Amino acid sequence: MSEEGVNPRRRRLLVITSGLGVVGAAFAATPFVLSMMPSARAKAAGAPVEVDIGKVEPGQLLTVEWRGKPVWILRRTPEMLKSLSEDTKFLADPKSAVDQQPNYAQNETRSIKPEYLVLVGICTHLGCSPAQRLQAGAASGLGDEWPGGFFCPCHGSKFDLAGRVFKNVPAPTNLVVPPYSYLSNTRIVIGVDQKGAA
Amino acid sequence: MQKLLAWIDDRFPLTKVWEEHLAKYYAPKNFNFWYYFGSLALLMLVMQIVTGIFLTMHYKPDTGLAFASVEYIMRDVDWGWLLRYMHSVGASFFFIVVYMHMFRALLYGSHRQPRELIWLIGMVIFVALMAEAFMGYLLPWGNMSYWGAQVIISLFDAIPLVGPTLSEWIRGDFVVSDATLNRFFAFHVIAVPLILAALVFVHIVALHKVGSNNPDGVEIKKKKGPDGIPLDGIPFHPYYTVKDIVGVAAFLMLFSAVIFFAPELGGWFLEPDNFTPANILQTPPEIVPLWYFTPFYSILRANTFAFFGVEAKLWGVIFMGLSIVFFFFLPWLDRSPVKSIRYRGWMYKTALAIFVVAFFVLGYLGTQPASGVKVVIAQLCTVLYFAFFVLMPWYTRIDKTKPVPERVTSK
Repeated sequence: MSEEGVNPRRRRLLVITSGLGVVGAAFAATPFVLSMMPSARAKAAGAPVEVDIGKVEPGQLLTVEWRGKPVWILRRTPEMLKSLSEDTKFLADPKSAVDQQPNYAQNETRSIKPEYLVLVGICTHLGCSPAQRLQAGAASGLGDEWPGGFFCPCHGSKFDLAGRVFKNVPAPTNLVVPPYSYLSNTRIVIGVDQKGAA
Repeated sequence: MQKLLAWIDDRFPLTKVWEEHLAKYYAPKNFNFWYYFGSLALLMLVMQIVTGIFLTMHYKPDTGLAFASVEYIMRDVDWGWLLRYMHSVGASFFFIVVYMHMFRALLYGSHRQPRELIWLIGMVIFVALMAEAFMGYLLPWGNMSYWGAQVIISLFDAIPLVGPTLSEWIRGDFVVSDATLNRFFAFHVIAVPLILAALVFVHIVALHKVGSNNPDGVEIKKKKGPDGIPLDGIPFHPYYTVKDIVGVAAFLMLFSAVIFFAPELGGWFLEPDNFTPANILQTPPEIVPLWYFTPFYSILRANTFAFFGVEAKLWGVIFMGLSIVFFFFLPWLDRSPVKSIRYRGWMYKTALAIFVVAFFVLGYLGTQPASGVKVVIAQLCTVLYFAFFVLMPWYTRIDKTKPVPERVTSK
């Protein structure tokens, strides 16, 4: 490219015009790109879900749908809660250090109230839905030492009764705890964070 | 007739284009079997576009209607089953042809200087073709369509910071849904095919600028006769148009045999799990992509260690990306003084053989549950796969080569 005979003023105007053209193109592209984000309807369908947990018996699991995913609500018995402090030797992340839950659920039971566990029922490996093996011991078919929990039939990942992942299974992290909060003692809302604890 | 042609030529370079690209495009006279696959790839592109147009006349991109509309095509539309099988079997044959076409380049050094740009354009075509196949696979809205898309899109979640927003943007929702199906339809039937057609056009323009390579890897333009025509060149038309028609005839026999006798090819071309409609709450026992993606899927699953503070899953995504990115750099990784495998030493031949075996083993393992010894074999093959690329600058340089002839060798 020869610079000879180039009028510097014309060159400068050309560069400025081209630059503005690029900016304009970026502005023009914005609506097209943003039109692909979740629509108002999709966001509405992804709205929080209210659940009445008053009728869930101890040891029973309730499945509800939130944002097209299965969400489990498990009312844990005292024995189940006791198993959470005894099974830590099997777990990869017993203290829930990896960010898979809201801050207010980063505790041993991974819940706001220890009795009620709320989990997204999708395996963190490749997105299958794990099966319930809530009974402890050999009755579960997973050996005498099984503390009770969830077993993913796809690739054999195991999780305990707080959704914490076992060591040496394909799933890398604990099951996800969705944002949720209590409206009253027997009503929770999934998709809305606990007030004052973002 | 002559007058009409002259009238057109004054307004459009018809005769010029005909001569430059067919009647007076001189291709080496020693093309062999491996040189069928370029024209066959073009045939498959046309076949997919034509059958696809007719399928869109009956298909409905709606989660409530999609699965049933495919079954409607199969049962109620006159000849619909044939159009659908041509399209679904065509997708697999397209990949067979393209993999053979790419392997030809590895055999004869067709990606080497001065044809690097042809190779790069070709690799972009390959990536676009993978996107096209992936999005097309969602459209029947079978259970494997749904969960396959769910798994592959969730890979973007592994990207730090922007990942979750990016995958929401791709899906247009928080899960794979009607919005996803609708946009994949738009990409599959118009956006990506347009890009593919444009890329194939520049692929051929770039090829005709430098001229075709050949099984000896010698430049025929270096030896020209007094008329300026390469001594080893023959006009593409009629010599290679006729040769390619023979290839097309043989190919279509094989293609028809599969369409009419084994359109699902025992689950290899159409997976059993996809004959069940998508079910959000029920995953198939094993999520497996179609065969043409399984080598890369194996690499994705192979890494089970976290290192350098990055978790295993993200490394898997990175390795899978790299397994395709490395192909782009082949023209510069290969430091051999010769192009064709005919004049290379044992090192390149061995490396290529190991690579092909690793590719096939990874492809097979990608269809199998990842457990026990299969994980170890997949890890070993992943290492061999990458060794082919990473070590190439060394083994191609020290490899003993044979003298390359001045002219092409053909009987």
